[in-house]
Amino acid sequence: MTDTTGRRWHDMGGLDAGPLDPAEHDFALWEKRVDALMVLASAKGLFTVDGLRRALEDMGEEAFESMSYYERWIASVNQNLLEAGVYSIEELGARMEDISKRGTTYSEAANG
Amino acid sequence: MADRVRVRAMMPPGHVRTPAYLRGKTGIIERSLGDYPNPEQLAYRQRAEPRALYRVRFSMAEIWGAAAENPDDTLDAEIFAHWLEPLES
Amino acid sequence: MPHDHTDHLSPSGHPFRPDNDAPLTYWQVMEIAIRELLIVKGITTAADIAAQIDAMDARSPADGAKVVARAWTDPAFKARLLANGSAASREMGFDIGSLRLIVVENTPHIHNVIVCTLCSCYPRNLLGLPPDWYKTRAYRSRVVREPRKVLAEFGLVLPDSIRIRVHDSTADMRYIVLPARPAGTEELSEADLADLVTRDAMIGTGLPKAAA
Repeated sequence: MTDTTGRRWHDMGGLDAGPLDPAEHDFALWEKRVDALMVLASAKGLFTVDGLRRALEDMGEEAFESMSYYERWIASVNQNLLEAGVYSIEELGARMEDISKRGTTYSEAANG
Repeated sequence: MADRVRVRAMMPPGHVRTPAYLRGKTGIIERSLGDYPNPEQLAYRQRAEPRALYRVRFSMAEIWGAAAENPDDTLDAEIFAHWLEPLES
Repeated sequence: MPHDHTDHLSPSGHPFRPDNDAPLTYWQVMEIAIRELLIVKGITTAADIAAQIDAMDARSPADGAKVVARAWTDPAFKARLLANGSAASREMGFDIGSLRLIVVENTPHIHNVIVCTLCSCYPRNLLGLPPDWYKTRAYRSRVVREPRKVLAEFGLVLPDSIRIRVHDSTADMRYIVLPARPAGTEELSEADLADLVTRDAMIGTGLPKAAA
């Protein structure tokens, strides 16, 4: 995630890369909710956009290549909220376990 | 700040907003933007000190040398004062 | 629930992607859990979250297009827009939050293009969320080193006589391009002009549509 000069993976300006892929997608409800949670939690002073970026950067290049944009975002939002002490790992784990039992689709698990 | 500046070439780890491809490169101040909280402190939940922020303009020739696609094209980026070394013009 | 999404329509009336009903993922579970915890702890409410989604859905490149069309038809507004993009956008009634907007003008000799090489900073409070390609390695890596090749891949081939100015959004500013008004549009209304202004024209990877 850091090359021998100290350059970090996300700092990609000027590096070689392939052709542009112009494909676009509409955002899913859960992705829009991640975006909204980031905006609302940072507006409450629970973390900053730089805190969000810092956690995204620290996740490393593998996350960039293997996770979608809002998957990385919710992971970073979580990292920042844990650091802020908003909830504990135990609380999060218990609730995620409960949610997983609600159904097999996002709609079922989110109750809408 | 001088009109001509060089971006510091240091490569510390951590969250910084100065792109690697501009480090060590010389440009001119395009405009002064005022003071903004230092992102290198904000990122780690520290109290962030205000730091002067500038837009710096670089020629593509300066950044990429002979590999520049068109040497007269330019690139502007926002760089905080603590990443800039004033140069005599 | 004050805001019921079970009809599978977004607040703006568009269908959500079908993966709303695809198998539940670990990260979706995390989103639900965090959202519920923030509500339980009184940090936010379901209504606040729905309102924030509505606000983001309501933003689109059409907003930026109206700003551009106003600048094309009102020289005094254009001067204010170039001096302070945020104030001029607010003057038109757009809720851009804390967006600090710098507007860069294309001329017969200069073409501007916007990028964020370090992440994906974008004038989202005016134009809405960025397109996928704006966030890709290909765009972020290449447009600062070979902007002409990248623009050509978007179908925009510029002569060497036009200088390209790339703007890397590295800190607190966000950018839109004020493209040049297309030829032959002298008779068009401000609303008709806005219809010519595409999102890509405001990022700099395209030009406005030609007059019909």
